[in-house]
Amino acid sequence: MRFDQKIMRYRMPLALAFVCGMGMLIQFFVPHPISKEIYKEALDWYIIIYIFMLVLATRSLCVAHIRKIKKGEPGWAYSIVTLAGLTSTALIGIFGGIGSGTLFVKIYNYIQIPMESTMFSLLAFFIASAAFRAFKARTKEATLLLVIALVVMFGRVPIGENLVTRMPDIVEWILMVPNMAAQRGILIGVGLGMIATALKIILGIEKQYLGGGG
Amino acid sequence: MNIIKKFMQMDRRYVFALVGICVLIPLLLPIGLPTWVTKPTRDFFNAIDNIPPNQKPILLSFDFTASTMPENMPMAEAVLRHCFGKGIRVLLMTHYPAGTGMIEIALDKVLKEYEKKYGEDYVFLGYMPGGSAVMLSLGESIRRTFPKDYYGNKVDTLPMMADVHNYDDIPLVVSISGSALPLYWIIYAGTTYRQKVACGVTAVSAPEFYPYLETGQFEGMLGGLKGASEYENLVERYNYSNPDVRKTASIGMDAQSLAHFLIIVLVILGNVAFFAIKRSK
Repeated sequence: MRFDQKIMRYRMPLALAFVCGMGMLIQFFVPHPISKEIYKEALDWYIIIYIFMLVLATRSLCVAHIRKIKKGEPGWAYSIVTLAGLTSTALIGIFGGIGSGTLFVKIYNYIQIPMESTMFSLLAFFIASAAFRAFKARTKEATLLLVIALVVMFGRVPIGENLVTRMPDIVEWILMVPNMAAQRGILIGVGLGMIATALKIILGIEKQYLGGGG
Repeated sequence: MNIIKKFMQMDRRYVFALVGICVLIPLLLPIGLPTWVTKPTRDFFNAIDNIPPNQKPILLSFDFTASTMPENMPMAEAVLRHCFGKGIRVLLMTHYPAGTGMIEIALDKVLKEYEKKYGEDYVFLGYMPGGSAVMLSLGESIRRTFPKDYYGNKVDTLPMMADVHNYDDIPLVVSISGSALPLYWIIYAGTTYRQKVACGVTAVSAPEFYPYLETGQFEGMLGGLKGASEYENLVERYNYSNPDVRKTASIGMDAQSLAHFLIIVLVILGNVAFFAIKRSK
């Protein structure tokens, strides 16, 4: 790799990450009007970069599916449907408008909503089947999990509340005490991990976001 | 023993059929079982109900798409009914491109029940990409973040927005979500700008939000269809909604009741069979 390529591909992003990271870190503690303006400007830039991310994501989607079609990989026909859906919906929206009553809205209401809802609804069927086959009291821990899951499931619906009047209180206690104790432990760990990762990126120790070759 | 083994190896399509029946029957013939109101829902209701009418608007963010619509949409509609019924102004926005469609569906339905004027009683800001950046940017300036509303009007020209500039002018942010976005609201709007936040989330993600509820970072929470059902009943009890309105969450709870009951029975039977087979070996 040439020296100028190395600078553009690795050194420049690392320097940018350091300057931006440290800059925003210092800005947070400086309540000066110039600092506030820099903050507002940075937020605008953040939104602009996010929009480019959407463009990049669309490009990646197209590249992946075109490659699949060219190579004739299993399920390549679905890739044609994906690309046709993406292109036609975008063109209909751009040229036909997105206001109420337009074809774009009809596609959303009568194709996208039923498809997404159907996919999510299927979960109920698979959960029921999987619970029947796999949710077994094999160990003490599994038994505890099983009993608590059944109590929460029973207490979170009107039929349970009406049969056992104390059920909502018991379920609320499970969620507010043991659940929360475990969640807090996880959250503290995640929070510390995030701080450590952010510092590693700012200081150039973590380089995997550059593509793994750094 | 053979019967037990056959039962354990039952074709999963029978389970699917049973679930389908348990969900369909209550949807077609609602039972109408009463639901107890839990504290997170009561707090959520109070957080909105304590806002004085015809003054500052709440910010209602539709942070969900069609996949979690059955759980989230009844919550969003009930919030709109609560606000419109009490005369609280509403600012609407979303963090998902498909969320604008959700807002339009909810408005189309709820506006038929109330006489509300666009720009005076509610404003639809639309979608702005950026997630956390948008949340932070709203704290600096709503106009800078959304110079125009969803319909292309300049935000400055809307009467309701005359005195609304940033979070200082918004008494409450309500995020109705099928993802972790409510957490971002409390991190970026709540912690940075001291903004009050309440949320409505799916049942599967609700346990994740309890720690923030206990610390007071969330003013209140609607957890899943049950939370939506409790809130629907509260909104009706306080006469903010028409009693003839079809309470979709409450009807859905009947279906969920039977589906949960079926899963409990299946799990118990599965375990009885498991131990019977184990003992026979």
